[in-house]
Amino acid sequence: MKIEFYGLSKQFDQDRTVLKPMDFSDDIHTLAIIGPSGGGKSTLLRIIGGLILPSSGRLYVDGIEVQPDEKVLQQHRKKLGFVFQQSGLFRHLSALDNIVLPLVEVHGYSKIKAEQRAMELLTRFGLTSDIDKKPSALSGGQQQRVAIARAVAAKPKLLLLDEPTSALDPEYTTEVLDIIKELKEEGMNFIIVTHEMGFARHACDKVAFLCEGMLMEYGRSETIFTMPETEQLQRFLSKLLEWNV
Amino acid sequence: MEILRNLFLAPKRGNHNLFAAALNMLLASCFIVAVFWLSLKAINVEFDFTFLGQFRIRLWKGFVMTLCVGITSLFLSLVIGCLSAAGQGSRLLVVRYFCNIYVTFIRGTPLIMQIYLFFYIVGTAWGIENRFVSGVIILSVFEGAYIAEIIRGSLLSMADSQLEAARAVGFTRQQTLRHVILPQMITRTMPALTGQFASIIKDSSLLSMISVIEMTQTMREISAVNFRLFECYFFLGLLYLCLTLPISYISKRLERRFQYEN
Repeated sequence: MKIEFYGLSKQFDQDRTVLKPMDFSDDIHTLAIIGPSGGGKSTLLRIIGGLILPSSGRLYVDGIEVQPDEKVLQQHRKKLGFVFQQSGLFRHLSALDNIVLPLVEVHGYSKIKAEQRAMELLTRFGLTSDIDKKPSALSGGQQQRVAIARAVAAKPKLLLLDEPTSALDPEYTTEVLDIIKELKEEGMNFIIVTHEMGFARHACDKVAFLCEGMLMEYGRSETIFTMPETEQLQRFLSKLLEWNV
Repeated sequence: MEILRNLFLAPKRGNHNLFAAALNMLLASCFIVAVFWLSLKAINVEFDFTFLGQFRIRLWKGFVMTLCVGITSLFLSLVIGCLSAAGQGSRLLVVRYFCNIYVTFIRGTPLIMQIYLFFYIVGTAWGIENRFVSGVIILSVFEGAYIAEIIRGSLLSMADSQLEAARAVGFTRQQTLRHVILPQMITRTMPALTGQFASIIKDSSLLSMISVIEMTQTMREISAVNFRLFECYFFLGLLYLCLTLPISYISKRLERRFQYEN
């Protein structure tokens, strides 16, 4: 999926610039956005996903401009799948209904077809015994697996994941990352904001390093990790390595 | 010593046992009954409820009237509450200020004052003579302000992440309202709204001030005839408990269920 943006920036208040004007153009299969906290990673992901509007700049997906109009944005979001850090599931719905409702209401599936699709995914992600449970009765890892199932249910063109494992224990983290890697092997395109450097390096083709609201480095993941050019990325990576086994 | 402690003290963690609960409930009830009994002894009153039988039809009518006033007011106050909660968030400033003034005024003044004010001034001026109708309107306007606050509070506590998730799955505004906001608001406000219904039932007693023949007014009339003031009001209390206790019980159950779900 080709993503382009030119002069894209985001200011939340008058004096709080989260993203400074940046340009980008590339075909995206699997991209990891890395960088220190507060660097604008989640904001950039949300702008690409049409969840928030940029303060300036233009965004194109597959050559078509995503206009800042609610109807256009809604059509744009329909083609994507989102997984958030946590609590992205609807609290009042069971695991099954969390997947079925958007399929029926947004994607025009019949109830039976939607349930079949939901069951297929829940079974695949090892959640057969939890289909009727509300999110509060599921563990963090199970919740994220349901969230991924919901995100991929309507076969989106691109999956957007915002730190999907940052609220999870290490054992659950692995199980969620495994699922994402499996999806990649089936040809799913995704952009992931993550602090899991191992995953960014080995499971993603490209890596973007965002720091202080700027897109400082972008390239093939192997290159980014072995030959960081900017001082900021070098410092960021060496900090991460400090406590490595 | 340990046994005594377990009988009369709640453990720091966990629940006390059933026997301790029953024993202490009994002790507390005995204390209340004793205070009442001694007070009645001191003023030389003996209860005689035999007269109640002869007034059963009037009592029943009063009971039904209280229920009717309560249920009608519940629905009307829900409508008023929803509208003013929405109004408080309106972009039309005059609507927003109108709703703010309404909620502040009603919550800041006693119901009895509002009853007199609305019934004798507004009611007379606008020709609302039916006491049931004006009673229900006054009570609904009063309770509506409290319901508005319940609804507004639950709207404010609606997590942004849920609304973002709704947009992320591709819902339109209407779909978000129907499939996310409304169901979550309903489960969230149900316990408080049920509790408010108990308040409506109790507050309806003040409509006796404008002679709506509900339970309290019926008792006032009966006691004015036979001077059995104590029995009348004691029994009146029991009748109100018959209505409010089940409602409180349901409200608590809903609250527990809601806590579990979140």
